[in-house]
Amino acid sequence: MLKYIAKRIGLALITIFTVATLTFFLMNMVPGGPFLSEKAVRTAAQAALEAKYGLDKPLSQQYLTYMKDALHGDFGESLKQRGRTVTSIIVSKFPVSARVGGLSVIVALLVGIPLGCLAATHRGKTLDSVISVISTCGIAVPSFVICTLLLYFLGSKVKILPTYGIGTWKHYVMPVIALALYPTAYIMRLMRSSMLDVLGQDYMRTATAKGVKPFFRLFKHALRNALLPVITYVGPMMAYTMTGSFVVEKIFTIPGLGNEFVSSIINRDYTMIMGTTIFLATLMVVMNVLVDIVYKIVDPRIKLK
Amino acid sequence: MDNNYLVDIQHERLSFFTPAGEVKALNDVSIHLKEGEVLGIVGESGSGKSVTAYSLMGLTAYPGKLIGGELHFNGHEVEKMTEKDFSKMRGKEVSIIFQDPLTSLNPVYTIGNQIMEVIRLHTDADKKKAYARAVELLSLVGINEPEKRMKQYPHELSGGMRQRVMIAIALACEPKLLIADEPTTALDVTIQAQILELMMELKDKLGMAIIMITHDLGIVASMCDRIAVMYAGRIVETGTCDEIFYHPKHEYTKGLLESIPRLDSTKHEKLIPIEGNPVDLLNPPEGCAFAPRCKNCMKICLRENPPKTDFSKTHYAYCFMNQKAEMEGGNTNE
Repeated sequence: MLKYIAKRIGLALITIFTVATLTFFLMNMVPGGPFLSEKAVRTAAQAALEAKYGLDKPLSQQYLTYMKDALHGDFGESLKQRGRTVTSIIVSKFPVSARVGGLSVIVALLVGIPLGCLAATHRGKTLDSVISVISTCGIAVPSFVICTLLLYFLGSKVKILPTYGIGTWKHYVMPVIALALYPTAYIMRLMRSSMLDVLGQDYMRTATAKGVKPFFRLFKHALRNALLPVITYVGPMMAYTMTGSFVVEKIFTIPGLGNEFVSSIINRDYTMIMGTTIFLATLMVVMNVLVDIVYKIVDPRIKLK
Repeated sequence: MDNNYLVDIQHERLSFFTPAGEVKALNDVSIHLKEGEVLGIVGESGSGKSVTAYSLMGLTAYPGKLIGGELHFNGHEVEKMTEKDFSKMRGKEVSIIFQDPLTSLNPVYTIGNQIMEVIRLHTDADKKKAYARAVELLSLVGINEPEKRMKQYPHELSGGMRQRVMIAIALACEPKLLIADEPTTALDVTIQAQILELMMELKDKLGMAIIMITHDLGIVASMCDRIAVMYAGRIVETGTCDEIFYHPKHEYTKGLLESIPRLDSTKHEKLIPIEGNPVDLLNPPEGCAFAPRCKNCMKICLRENPPKTDFSKTHYAYCFMNQKAEMEGGNTNE
């Protein structure tokens, strides 16, 4: 187990390094730069700015400098949000996104898993069709449509929920619904198909023949086997959801990290792009290791090597 | 109905209602079994052997449905039982051993957990007692180091061991009836013999009845008191072991016996198969279902179902060949 974890950490470092390198060169290949604008800026001023942030040096040298600093935990200052370090921006904004995202993941699991199970046990009946329609809608409808509908009905027509900002629990309701919808729908489908597969297995027949009641057959014998595909999906999904969504955060005016991903790219805020990408990559790698460990706990046949 | 019987199935009809139509899996099946008796059900795949036995414990798979007949087991009227009643009965009064021990145990729970589960479901034993009983069962079925096995998962055991665990689960509550659905098909020959020996030994120890479902005539010959031969959802012949093996009366039974390879033959003989394919139960033919494959098929066989002919108290068959002499004799008298 220790050997496994050491190996995974090594692999994780290589992954993150690769992601950082690729991102660095790709973002520099994109035309434009942080200090270009439509207004005519005096070349002298621009040169001075570029010199200050080291952008005048050759790309390879910029890369080496960045990587050296990053290894020491210094991700630099944001090029656009003057005077703030990338680390401080992420530290202040990630918790907001993580709270909204974390709640969404919990909602997705709590709703998706039981409904998926229900659909599987009621295969071909009305309930199955109803759940199937809901999950198809959840996957097909984009989040901005859901956000708008929620805002219109709950925020503007009925006026029971605040429409922007993050403060009381009421502020969380709409963004969480909007964010959770897709993963919920996806988990429902995954759960249904893997549950159907498990219900047809020989050991389920054994459970029936032993006299195990339907409820325990489903939740003791079938669920644990059927959960594996869901766990695979939930790991990376958690990393995505917890780092925030641009659309949802924009619409509900949530000061989260999701916004930063997109705006940093639009602004060519090089240090911000690097910082957020490395952060997401790290989170993703950590989630995948967690998934592997949870896998091992759920299914004893899996050996961690 | 004779109350001495542990199992008494009368005129059971069961169909699978598939999108393609009604598949008549069982047509008028009657079986009975006394306590402690071993009944072998033989027949080819799809002849209804398993369906008959499964219906007795309400394990008929969707979209199968019982559409007629009476099933009595240990004082229960099975055809009227609900899922709740079945839960109480299964694993306690009647147990089953399945064909494939590799897939019949839940891969994510330990052996101990799976044995203790059935004990705790049907008795009021606490965890400690159930554990002790499970260890006892494992040694009863001949598994060494039972305490160690309790903590292991199915994938850590061999096929033979897993089948022994299945037997331990089946016998945990000392059922009156054990259904063995081709228990040795998935095992290699040496393990087969061990498992069968174990079953017979435990049968004598616990005094339960066994329904042995198989297509291996060697197994029935060595184990069973009586044999029922099934073809296309019907029992075509029933009798004691001797009656079936030495005086077969149905053409299908005869064919089955002829198809057994002989070890004592000196020449290189070809195996004798039963020609043709099993019946399509979606569109069963008129008359005797076996007629299209029968070597001695007569015109009447293609038109009418053969009647039941009794040869002794225990032996009967459904085949017109048994009326042939009678009918031909009748013709000359005219």
